[in-house]
Amino acid sequence: MQTTSDEVLIVRIAGGDRLAMQVLFARHHVRVYRFVLRLVRNEATAEDLISEVFLDVWRQAGKFEGRSAVSTWMLSIARFKALSTLRRRPEQELDDETAERIEDQSDDPEVALAKKDKGAVLRQCLTALSAEHREIIDLVYYHEKSVEEVAGIVGIPAATVKTRMFYARKKLSELLKEQGIDRGWP
Amino acid sequence: MNTMNKEPEQSDIEALLPWHAVGTLSRRDTHRVEEALARDPELARRYALVRDELGETIHLNETLGAPSAHAMEKLFDKIDAEPARKQAMSLNLGTRVAEFLASLSPRTLAWSASAAALAILLQAGLIASVVINDKSAGGYETASAPTTDPGVGAFTLIRFAPQASQDDVTKFLEANKLSIASGPMAGGLYKVRVAVTGLPKAELANIVKKLQQDKVVGFIATTE
Repeated sequence: MQTTSDEVLIVRIAGGDRLAMQVLFARHHVRVYRFVLRLVRNEATAEDLISEVFLDVWRQAGKFEGRSAVSTWMLSIARFKALSTLRRRPEQELDDETAERIEDQSDDPEVALAKKDKGAVLRQCLTALSAEHREIIDLVYYHEKSVEEVAGIVGIPAATVKTRMFYARKKLSELLKEQGIDRGWP
Repeated sequence: MNTMNKEPEQSDIEALLPWHAVGTLSRRDTHRVEEALARDPELARRYALVRDELGETIHLNETLGAPSAHAMEKLFDKIDAEPARKQAMSLNLGTRVAEFLASLSPRTLAWSASAAALAILLQAGLIASVVINDKSAGGYETASAPTTDPGVGAFTLIRFAPQASQDDVTKFLEANKLSIASGPMAGGLYKVRVAVTGLPKAELANIVKKLQQDKVVGFIATTE
């Protein structure tokens, strides 16, 4: 079965087609939500942000030039809005989150149990990464973006994308080591 | 390649491993990575770590849940509050063309562009060859006769028989290597070229006499 491409949907949205907007939303909103949620770490904020992201898509569809994939374009919009929200967030809220993250890393019985499952520990360490490192890991592994696409979304050179990915993975290894898992790398 | 280096540095190939695991590398880079993996066991071990990260990142993201059903309602409430679009809701020609182009895959577009470029080159070549040939012939030709001047040649005035069909006239002109120079004029007369160069009066008279025998010809006379 052939589905309408994202690019065709954008053309229709530019013409005011609400059904095309519904199709695009249904196709991408979960991934955009998860991308934003990993950045802002608040479900209500993430949900508010995705309606803002898709509203921007509705407004700017006519300006979309197809230089990147539609999903890449939407993640760029989502990232901008998430970072703008984080900048407006009170310091106290950020401190609470930091504390929460530190608590997450504590070696309570649940975590100790999780340690038996290497995958669970790895996931826990993935959540403990900085926003910058979480972002690049998610873009590459979950959103399946190429080096050039990540460079476009994050606004950094392609060489920096590779370097940042390396340091994100290196930090992941350090966190795993703290949890008793030595990967022997780097 | 020294993948045993413990410094926080990585080779070009190793840097590509995360993208290789997801399958977002170019064909060339994919080939490079696969070759390196085949000959370097340490790199292959590190690739296994990358694959673990990939699997758990997907797992983690998939457990993040999804936004509530209200998300779409919120969005369309906001869209409804937007000022009406200037553009009509129905798809105009420009939208349809843009949609058609957008529906083409990059590979199709590339082939189409190549085919179009080739067609343009062929056309350019044909036009150039025609121009060059024309120049070498020393002038241009009309569609009706191989002469440089429509006024040059030997002519007759012909009125075709009323019962002659267009097909009959065409065949008559072809059979006698004639071409219509102008007409119809008053009285249904056509100026018909019988030769591309001027002919002696006697020779032209003979031609007229011969042509007069054809049932397609109602009236024929020499002219200049």
